[in-house]
Amino acid sequence: MNQMNWPAVYPAIVLLAMACVVAMVDLWVTHPKRLPTYLLTQASLAVVALMHLWAFNAGDTVYAMQRMVVADPMGHLLGLFATLAVMVSLVYAQPYVAERDMLKGELFTLSLFSLLGIDVMLSANNFLVIYLGLELMSLSLYALVAMRRDHADATEAAMKYFVLGALASGFLLYGLSMMYGATGSLEISEVFKAIGTGQINKSVMILGVVFIVAGLGFKLGAVPFHMWVPDVYQGAPTAVTLLLGGAPKLAAFAITIRLLVEGMLGLAGDWQQMLVVLSVGSMLLGNIVAIAQSNLKRMLAYSSIAQMGFMLLGLCSGVVYDNTISAGNSYASSMFYIVTYVLTTLGTFGMVMLLSRPGFEAEEIGDLAGLAKRSPWFALVMTIFMFSLAGLPPTVGFYAKLSVLQSLVSTNVPGFVYLAVAAVVLSLIGAYYYLRVIKVMYFDEPVDSRPIVSTPSVRAVMSLNGAAVLAFGILPGGLMTLCVQAIVKALAT
Amino acid sequence: MGLLSLAIWLPILSGVALLAVVRDPGTARWLALATALASFAVTLPLISGFDNGTAAMQFVERFDWIERFNVHYHLGIDGLSLWFVPLTAFITVIVVISAWEVITDRVNQYMGAFLILSGLMVGVFAALDGLLFYVFFEATLIPMYLIIGVWGGPRRVYAAFKFFLYTLAGSLLMLVALIFLYYKSGGSFDILTWHKLPLPMNAQSLLFFAFFLAFAVKVPMWPVHTWLPDAHVEAPTGGSVVLAAIMLKLGCYGFLRFSLPITPDASHHWAHFVIALSLIAVVYIGFVALVQQDMKKLVAYSSIAHMGFVTFGFFIFSELGVSGGLVQMISHGFVSGAMFLCIGVLYDRVHSREIAAYGGVVNTMPKFAAFAVLFAMANCGLPGTAGFVGEWMVILGAVKTNFWLGLIAATTLIFGAAYTLWMVKRVYFGAVANHHVGELTDINAREFGMLALLAAAVLAMGVYPKPFTDAMHVSVDNLLKQVAVSKLPAL
Repeated sequence: MNQMNWPAVYPAIVLLAMACVVAMVDLWVTHPKRLPTYLLTQASLAVVALMHLWAFNAGDTVYAMQRMVVADPMGHLLGLFATLAVMVSLVYAQPYVAERDMLKGELFTLSLFSLLGIDVMLSANNFLVIYLGLELMSLSLYALVAMRRDHADATEAAMKYFVLGALASGFLLYGLSMMYGATGSLEISEVFKAIGTGQINKSVMILGVVFIVAGLGFKLGAVPFHMWVPDVYQGAPTAVTLLLGGAPKLAAFAITIRLLVEGMLGLAGDWQQMLVVLSVGSMLLGNIVAIAQSNLKRMLAYSSIAQMGFMLLGLCSGVVYDNTISAGNSYASSMFYIVTYVLTTLGTFGMVMLLSRPGFEAEEIGDLAGLAKRSPWFALVMTIFMFSLAGLPPTVGFYAKLSVLQSLVSTNVPGFVYLAVAAVVLSLIGAYYYLRVIKVMYFDEPVDSRPIVSTPSVRAVMSLNGAAVLAFGILPGGLMTLCVQAIVKALAT
Repeated sequence: MGLLSLAIWLPILSGVALLAVVRDPGTARWLALATALASFAVTLPLISGFDNGTAAMQFVERFDWIERFNVHYHLGIDGLSLWFVPLTAFITVIVVISAWEVITDRVNQYMGAFLILSGLMVGVFAALDGLLFYVFFEATLIPMYLIIGVWGGPRRVYAAFKFFLYTLAGSLLMLVALIFLYYKSGGSFDILTWHKLPLPMNAQSLLFFAFFLAFAVKVPMWPVHTWLPDAHVEAPTGGSVVLAAIMLKLGCYGFLRFSLPITPDASHHWAHFVIALSLIAVVYIGFVALVQQDMKKLVAYSSIAHMGFVTFGFFIFSELGVSGGLVQMISHGFVSGAMFLCIGVLYDRVHSREIAAYGGVVNTMPKFAAFAVLFAMANCGLPGTAGFVGEWMVILGAVKTNFWLGLIAATTLIFGAAYTLWMVKRVYFGAVANHHVGELTDINAREFGMLALLAAAVLAMGVYPKPFTDAMHVSVDNLLKQVAVSKLPAL
């Protein structure tokens, strides 16, 4: 019980140490592009990724830090993907910020700290640890959004993100405190047991769940807690949009699983209904409002709201009439959905950066006009991303939608089948605005004839990113199996 | 690797290679032609090696694909699908030839898109796994969307979106239906397993309509046909040819592979509904075709009417009706493709599709006019051409089932002749209408070659349709036996 089990938290320790080292080393770096800092950061991230991979392969569930922390395959798998996401983000971001005089050591230090926060959330087994990780991640991201401090939009975005984010954290903390008050424990598995006894005043717990779901809804960016998403995605420097639109989604998913499923499965009948409302609202609003956007980043923000709505459907279908039915498959479908969504999102925002140059941000959809003539290759890669977000085969987005729909239909409850039909109809509406991006790239004449300048590493990673979206679309089996394994292990404990 | 896999992946992979590597237009053309011919050659052993005596699937390939969903890479063809595989490859050869000098912009992308499309469509006809079918079925939208949008006419963007969203709307509900069947069958995406799956009536009805919507949009049936005239008018010639010759058949084929055998009771129950829509397509769309000013639109409406005939044939549940529908699908592939090519030939010279812009073409393009008139005759179902066989079989089957339905369907012979021949009269005959027509030059060797190939196919099928009907006979019988047996669970 009182073991420390240090190896379970080695990835977090490495991240903490390297974040400090990077911050120190950067003081002596004189290289104009901060290459040593960048390489050191990437090397540390690579080490962390390998540690997660190794721990995931071992497949054990280890409690550490006196059961404050749990290191299980789900945490390690998501940790691996989050680390990879940050690595890819930094590859895309480094030339972009360097050209705009924003390249300070802080970018790297804060990314490492935000990843540390994510890491803590992924392996939390205690309400307070979740909250600590969340705050560490959020504070780093607030600072990153404000990095372009001489820019009005970015400052506005940072303020909005900070105020609303703090509010969300407050909600979550308030909900957690109610749960603590009702069950007398901060530890997730103890809370689960306490709810299972049926001795506890349900009205307090339901109030607590409402606040917790609201807090999670904020972090995932689901309607009606989505207000910050478009403004922050648009206002933040694109490099930072990438950092906060990618890995943090994985963390938000992980704490949703930890809190709602591992901790409060006994209250599933209650949070399930809330998630259905959040989910349908998100798909409805996200898909419809995205149609009206002319700004690519803003459109992608609304698209992310809609995608999160779709992902939440998978979480809803694990429990039917308070019975747990093939829950592993349902949660795994959501996990597959969010992992592939992050993979695709990295590419889309990376593309925005790739097409931008100093003094010109390719933020409007119209800026992609005629990309098929200027660069057939990147137009093709972007087309793959768009079709994946729209959920068309043979891209990975199709299988993500398929597995969520499958988990809904398998409940054999008419309500969930209609929900599946509604999700399908709403994603049809969504197809329109993704198609419009392709239309602009292929059917319109270029308005901008300047060549696209990018570094070889960005080109290579972007091509790999597109290839991955396509390759997982043709052979999705492996990734699906990994997600199922991770979730099944997480539920077993 | 089996023959079917080769027929699917050879054009797709070559198409991708064309997109990625080849920049020079000349190389792209020759490579595309070589690939198209090779892909066609691959499909010929399918015909010669096909056993007409069995309804079982042939040339079967089966591998695990996605184990978590029990999805298999499962291919095979029977008498229902056999002829569409070589037809698809054949039409692709024609399309590559037809674009030779006409397409000068982004040649490698044009050729690559058509090759990929060709492989995907063969995949639809050969897939025996529900999810594999869906992947191919949906993926065909992507190249066609780009073909219409990039190389199309002035309203190409509107047409491309309409095409894409209409078809997607239909097929997404089919996806839910597939998942539902997966669940009902205890975790299998195998189409042949689904054929044997007992289903209660309300489930059958829901499934029937989910499939119906997907396939009816694709066929297209009245009243969800409105995307087709737009898509045809705006698509480049090759796009129109493939759309009319093959893509419409994907929907008809879906009825035979999914709707009839999986939901036989619902199919019987709703047959009158489908027959009514089909006859509306035959009669009403026939009238609509009569008043078109634009040649492509006219042929597009004519396609809808002909497809109405096909679905009508399927839902009278007689051997003649279903075989006739299948023969009509194949013959329409040749005839409508040829009609669109003829319009393309004229459009390349005059840059107008208006019937009023022409007149007396026969005076300046005698060789071309001979072909055009032949195809027009085939389109109205003249005996001795491919168009006659299917229509005759369907009408015969219908009259045996219900005389009045047969009578209404038979009016297609009158309407078809009316709108086709009237167009022929206005475009090809009479005095030379204007200086554009007066300056026309007759078809060159390339155009002669591609039209001659199609003309040979149209005549051969009209004179000697036996190889086609022989191959489908046993499979159609088997299908009708399946449809005749109720799948309702015993009470």
